[in-house]
Amino acid sequence: MSRFLKALALSAAAAALAAPAAADTLGLGRAATEAEIAAWDIDIRPDGQGLPVGSGDVETGEELFVDLCASCHGDFGEGVDRWPVLAGGLGTLDTDDPVKTVGSYWPYLSTVYDYVHRAMPFGNAQSLSDDEVYAITAYILYSNDLVEDDFELSNENFTEVRLPNEENFFMDDRAESPLFGAREVCMTDCKETVEILKRAVIIDVTPETDDEDASLAPKLIEGAVQRDASLGLSPEGETMISSAVVVAAADVTE
Amino acid sequence: MTDDILKKTSSRRGFLAGGIAAGATTVAATVARADDPAITELPYWTQALGEGVDARPYGYPSEYEAHVVRKNVPWLTADTVSSINFTPLHELDGIITPNGLCFERHHSGIAEVDPGEYRLMINGLVERPLVFTIEDLKRFPRVNHIYFLECAANTGMEWRGAQLNGCQFTHGMIHNVMYTGVKLSDVLAEAGVKTSGAWILPEGSDASAMTRSIPMEKALDDCLIAFKMNGEALRPEQGYPARLVVPGWEGNMWVKWLRRIEVGDKPWHHREETSKYTDLLADGKARRFTWEMDVKSVITNPSPQAPIAHGHGPAVLTGVAWSGRGTVPRVDVTLDGGKNWVQARIDGPSLNKSMHRFYHEFTWRGEPLLLQSRAHCSTGTVQPTKDELREVRGENSIYHNNGIQTWYVNEKGEAENVEIS
Repeated sequence: MSRFLKALALSAAAAALAAPAAADTLGLGRAATEAEIAAWDIDIRPDGQGLPVGSGDVETGEELFVDLCASCHGDFGEGVDRWPVLAGGLGTLDTDDPVKTVGSYWPYLSTVYDYVHRAMPFGNAQSLSDDEVYAITAYILYSNDLVEDDFELSNENFTEVRLPNEENFFMDDRAESPLFGAREVCMTDCKETVEILKRAVIIDVTPETDDEDASLAPKLIEGAVQRDASLGLSPEGETMISSAVVVAAADVTE
Repeated sequence: MTDDILKKTSSRRGFLAGGIAAGATTVAATVARADDPAITELPYWTQALGEGVDARPYGYPSEYEAHVVRKNVPWLTADTVSSINFTPLHELDGIITPNGLCFERHHSGIAEVDPGEYRLMINGLVERPLVFTIEDLKRFPRVNHIYFLECAANTGMEWRGAQLNGCQFTHGMIHNVMYTGVKLSDVLAEAGVKTSGAWILPEGSDASAMTRSIPMEKALDDCLIAFKMNGEALRPEQGYPARLVVPGWEGNMWVKWLRRIEVGDKPWHHREETSKYTDLLADGKARRFTWEMDVKSVITNPSPQAPIAHGHGPAVLTGVAWSGRGTVPRVDVTLDGGKNWVQARIDGPSLNKSMHRFYHEFTWRGEPLLLQSRAHCSTGTVQPTKDELREVRGENSIYHNNGIQTWYVNEKGEAENVEIS
């Protein structure tokens, strides 16, 4: 019997043992055991629901962080390459280069505990003990100057810690935007002149093609260079556009 | 037209070159010309026997279509296992995305789930916490629906200006397939949602254990647990053996490799709905729970990766449009940068929260073009310009950029991503 069929047979046997279903149900599935629910129900909420009993301090957290986290996030949460920056960024959210960290952006500390526990360290998820997660969370608070170096985080004091940006989130209100809902559109003679204001070729960050399409690419870029000259853009200007936009895009999918 | 070009017609490069040359001679079609060896010479496939029925037990595209693939943008992310690739929209037609070309977004790589080990748990504020196998799920009544799935970050690299040259990269975080699955409401009813249950938390079994909070109203309205896409099992990269389908809402919520759904009385505010997938505005404040994908469209041909290669004369403009709030009964297109617009022809099914295909046939005489499309949602909302969006969102939002895309087509038929006045 294949492993798949075995599993089916086992689950069928278990289903027969399930508690009687309500009258309006199909009676599919089986009752989840308490141990099974405990194994998978790992989520934490801002009000502390789900937090396990435990604790960890900044000093322990620093050791763990340097060993397990710093290769991507840097020793102080400053981020390596394009990996997420976890510390700093305060006061940058309304600038052209917002740095969204736990300290500057995240609304709730519970999100840090939940995420570190469920998905970190990257490539070895759900390997940390509860106390280790408390310690790493405490260190991330410390690296954001939100607690002192002798701070210990536990399930007892967890919900007393509030992150500075909590109040700056609000519910989706796009429906109240002037862009939302029916409006008239112009179909003829809508404007007298049209000018090209921004051009992707100048920035030149599109991945190279690596197949037969390459036959087209050189032609396109050649033509573009000629047009650049005709628009009279300075090389300095191009560089500035390029770096600014690329930095913005790095955040898209991290 | 030289013999050299004609001899290359079996390669794609030669095909395109031949097309341009042929276009240039359209007006002289009746003038004497060399006989076409594609007709006068016997190709090998007309003479020799091909492969038998046992050669391709699972079919794949022609070798001449090998360039039609998903592509990633290496500089976007630190590592390909937590990254995204893009659907080649410029190579597709109709409304259905082939399974192998549906863009991928993983946070910790592709989970290769053994269906025999697959379990779905329903717990939290329910009368009966339950566990289902994949075979259990297939015993609920099944439904079929075609829906688009768009990443909230689609077009996110274009907030500060025209950046990536090709609709695959600017708009390719989307796919549109037919799902077969069961209603989430049926599965939840089996466990019996308590009256205090107002939210659900779907959770994935991959190494990111992806979670999102979804209001119960949406969960009971039209969400599905799907196990098939376009008739066959979900691909591993799309959540095999079962994923959540959240019609019209941002792709991140469509949790793949679905292992658990918890019912609760409040949202969880997890990483993907706080640190990510919140929309930062110019004043430093941020919108949360921006679930619906707004009305949007893009011209897929011509576009930077699909220039006009056929010379002057009859030309076909085509593209796709969609809305997470309904259907798209109307798409306008302009060839002159918005001075004048015409209504495009929508062809094929017009389904709720599904991709729509539009066409506009025109005669190209070599004049430069500034192409745009403007979609209208059945709710009345019209796709905004990028500047109108920036006016209300600033440039730091990353997500939910549904602004009108412009392609500049030059006198040679080559196309470029631009923004215009």
